[in-house]
Amino acid sequence: MSVRGRIAAAKAFLFGDSARAFGTLSLALLAPLTVVPARDYFRDWRGIQKQYLQLIHGRNDAPALARHFQGGVQQIWLPEIGVVDRCTTCHVGLKESTLTDVRTQPFRPHPPVPHSLTEFGCVLCHRGQGTATSVADAHNSSSSWEEPILPARYLESGCGQCHIQPLTGTPKLNQGRELLARYGCVRCHTMRAPDGTKRTGTDEPPSLEHIADKTSREWIAAWLRDPQAYAGSATMPNFQLKDDEIRDIAAFLIAQSQPYRSQKASEPAPVPSQDDAVIQQGASLYGESFCASCHAVQNAAGLLVGGNLGPELTRVGSKVKIDWLADWLRNPAIYDPNSAMPHYRFDAKQIGLLVTFLSSKTDSDFTGTAKAAAAEPKQIERGRILVIERGCASCHAINGLKAPEDFAPELTEVGSRPLSRILFAPGVPNTLPDYIAARIRDPRSFGDTLKMPRFSLPQPQVDAIVTALLAQTARAETLPASMRIPERKPSDYRPAGRAGKLMDEMRCFSCHIINGRGGTMAPELTYEGTSVQRAWLVNFLKNPNTLRPALIRRMPRFNVTDAEANTLADYIMTAWQTPDFEGDASDDLRFTAADVQSGRELFYNKYACQSCHIIDQSKDKGYVGPTLTQVGSRLTAPWILHWLRNAQTLRPGSLEPVWNMKDADARSITAFLMAQKGAPVKEAARK
Amino acid sequence: MKRTGMRASFLVLCAALLTVSACTRHSGAPGVTPRAFGTALVSVSGEKQFAGVGSQLEQPLVLQVNDAKGVAVAGALVRLSAAGGAFATPREGLTGPDGQFTATITLGGAGGHYQIVASSPTASGQQIFMRVDESALGYQEMLGAKLNEIHCIRCHDPESTAERVSNMDNLTAKPHAFTDGAVLNPMSAADLTSIISHGGVAVNKSAEMPPYGSMLTKQEIAALVAFLRAVADPPYLAQGVNYASN
Repeated sequence: MSVRGRIAAAKAFLFGDSARAFGTLSLALLAPLTVVPARDYFRDWRGIQKQYLQLIHGRNDAPALARHFQGGVQQIWLPEIGVVDRCTTCHVGLKESTLTDVRTQPFRPHPPVPHSLTEFGCVLCHRGQGTATSVADAHNSSSSWEEPILPARYLESGCGQCHIQPLTGTPKLNQGRELLARYGCVRCHTMRAPDGTKRTGTDEPPSLEHIADKTSREWIAAWLRDPQAYAGSATMPNFQLKDDEIRDIAAFLIAQSQPYRSQKASEPAPVPSQDDAVIQQGASLYGESFCASCHAVQNAAGLLVGGNLGPELTRVGSKVKIDWLADWLRNPAIYDPNSAMPHYRFDAKQIGLLVTFLSSKTDSDFTGTAKAAAAEPKQIERGRILVIERGCASCHAINGLKAPEDFAPELTEVGSRPLSRILFAPGVPNTLPDYIAARIRDPRSFGDTLKMPRFSLPQPQVDAIVTALLAQTARAETLPASMRIPERKPSDYRPAGRAGKLMDEMRCFSCHIINGRGGTMAPELTYEGTSVQRAWLVNFLKNPNTLRPALIRRMPRFNVTDAEANTLADYIMTAWQTPDFEGDASDDLRFTAADVQSGRELFYNKYACQSCHIIDQSKDKGYVGPTLTQVGSRLTAPWILHWLRNAQTLRPGSLEPVWNMKDADARSITAFLMAQKGAPVKEAARK
Repeated sequence: MKRTGMRASFLVLCAALLTVSACTRHSGAPGVTPRAFGTALVSVSGEKQFAGVGSQLEQPLVLQVNDAKGVAVAGALVRLSAAGGAFATPREGLTGPDGQFTATITLGGAGGHYQIVASSPTASGQQIFMRVDESALGYQEMLGAKLNEIHCIRCHDPESTAERVSNMDNLTAKPHAFTDGAVLNPMSAADLTSIISHGGVAVNKSAEMPPYGSMLTKQEIAALVAFLRAVADPPYLAQGVNYASN
């Protein structure tokens, strides 16, 4: 049969009479209507729920699992926080603790976290599209997807939307935020917490108003070329400047500098000795003064040894001028009133030794030997423009320049920046975390004219910063204020009077935390007056002998006079008292020899305190806690008694476990400890 | 005639498609060709580390290819592969002049153990394999890791650092390192919780282990136990039958 004949036959079969035509048209209309139920029948989640039922079939916990299972689309709806999450439709086993052996997605149970699924939903932490009901729509996959699932390495950013206060369980987020503050990111980029408070920097970029007195143009140039070549630990980034730009900026910085003293220091500057023996004496004094508690120096193996509160001193001799160094050691506050460095009260001989030692720490490879030619006015003017263009005044005080406001783009909502508004550099995957990481690693790959400098950070630190930035979401600002855990308000406690002035000079707060203010290097002293005996305190202030032999960072000697030590002790004994002790802390506790004996038993056997503390130098070895050989002359009995019950209420964060000791036991151990008097303490004369 | 023509063109098209796909597969094959061959793979450093889920391990993995005499082979090909979303950068490469190959490892998104499989071809065309274990810490294990650093590590870790001197040698009863799976794996979670909460005396062990029950919350102690389990070596296997073999 011909083709034409076949068509005619088919026509007759389908539309031969009105009934046939009606039937054919009805079927043709019905066909598209079946598409919707058919498509619905083949949705991802139905297959996944079937797989789940197969998975639990035959397990011993199957009855319970089957009872918990609910078929169909599931939804967590939390209108107050804008959550509509259907993730539990496929992630059926999220709450099943007995499924811990299941490692395959989507059936893995959720690892234990402090928040319940039903209160917070999923996308608040994990991102993705909560309302989606297909695997691809919910998670992403295709490039340029606005809300893909957050890669696991940045998960802690979810916590950061509500938790502004650091959390123990989110080390990466905490580290990222600390880096943003320490590397000065927040000085150019405005970054607000969801409650509107501006994040502030913890770095203290030095003022450049008197820089010509401190260092040379050659050093500034070498530093600008590569700050990390001077000190590996330097936080100043590399601005990738050209040689002529460096020359002009250095010329301008020297030109704008003004003397920091109206008249020359009264004492003549020491002449550094070249004698190795003298340098060695200086090194000893450097060690005895515990400069290494704050300053690091590279050792022969290239490892940094020392603290990071002050700048690294490996090549300090190539940097500072002798006059300046001597003056700084005499009293740092004259050059920088806000310096964290204490006033040591060194005598002229000590200053000579330290100047000799520090100025010997040179590195001729760093600065080179060439003297810079005198600067022309044109260069200085160009340097000024460059300094303004690069935003140097965002961090550093510079004469005649104001700190620019909003110098760089605000990053308050960087974690929810739409991908459509981002220009990706070639080779960067089209996701927000990858974009941010690439911007941090190599900002200039996004354009040669960009001003952002390069921070040489290792990958884990970049990950941490990206985590902290991803926590800066628009959503965080819309969440109810009741969900926010705000940052603890910094205290502005400042002791008054003569003692307060002395404490300011010795910069106690650089290391010790007192009434909520201060550094964390040394023990908290808020209740020190309740804790220690006055005679011991005076003696300690004059000559801080170490309580913890295993510690590297120690309290230096500030060369205080008897009168000053007494002023400080008077203040501490009166003001730094705990309000929580019943009765007076100086209440006399009377102990018998039997108390002491049973205390010894308890100390060594029941509580094994010798694991961490030393009482008898000849046999005890523990050195996690302070040495207790003279504790009876140092601490007060009520303090020890309360300490043994719960040390955390007295000094939060102490390593001492909470013993919750029975009163009788605590009393006996207190008796034993109070009997450890050690050598008699000579009281300094009160003047 | 027409039909045969169509069939012929179809065949040509198929052949062309096959060639193209074969070519692309070829160009995707490793571009690195070994210059030398070894007979054994050994790990130099970077084994048994742990980090947060999805994170990069702090220390790189360093492997060495040796020949039959145990001498390092330079220019041997090393390939690294891993399951579960973990990966190595670079995934393959030649050993350097010291016979070593260094790669950074990024862990997958789920907590647990990860095995990195290293392979290297031998002169006879066979492959030698080596497996390296690493572990990824989820939220709970990470919290445990942090608590360990605060409260436990001084006595339980024999290693000292510049900032922290180990106290282990000062104790009469030597504490177990938390990686000591041989000892800790057989102990039940209830026993471990009990030791942490009530001290060593709770299970007739030394009083040198103090009680932390009043200092740490139940969740924190559970986090510590989860951390111990995560870093145990040999790995801790959950009790009971493993149902989900797929």
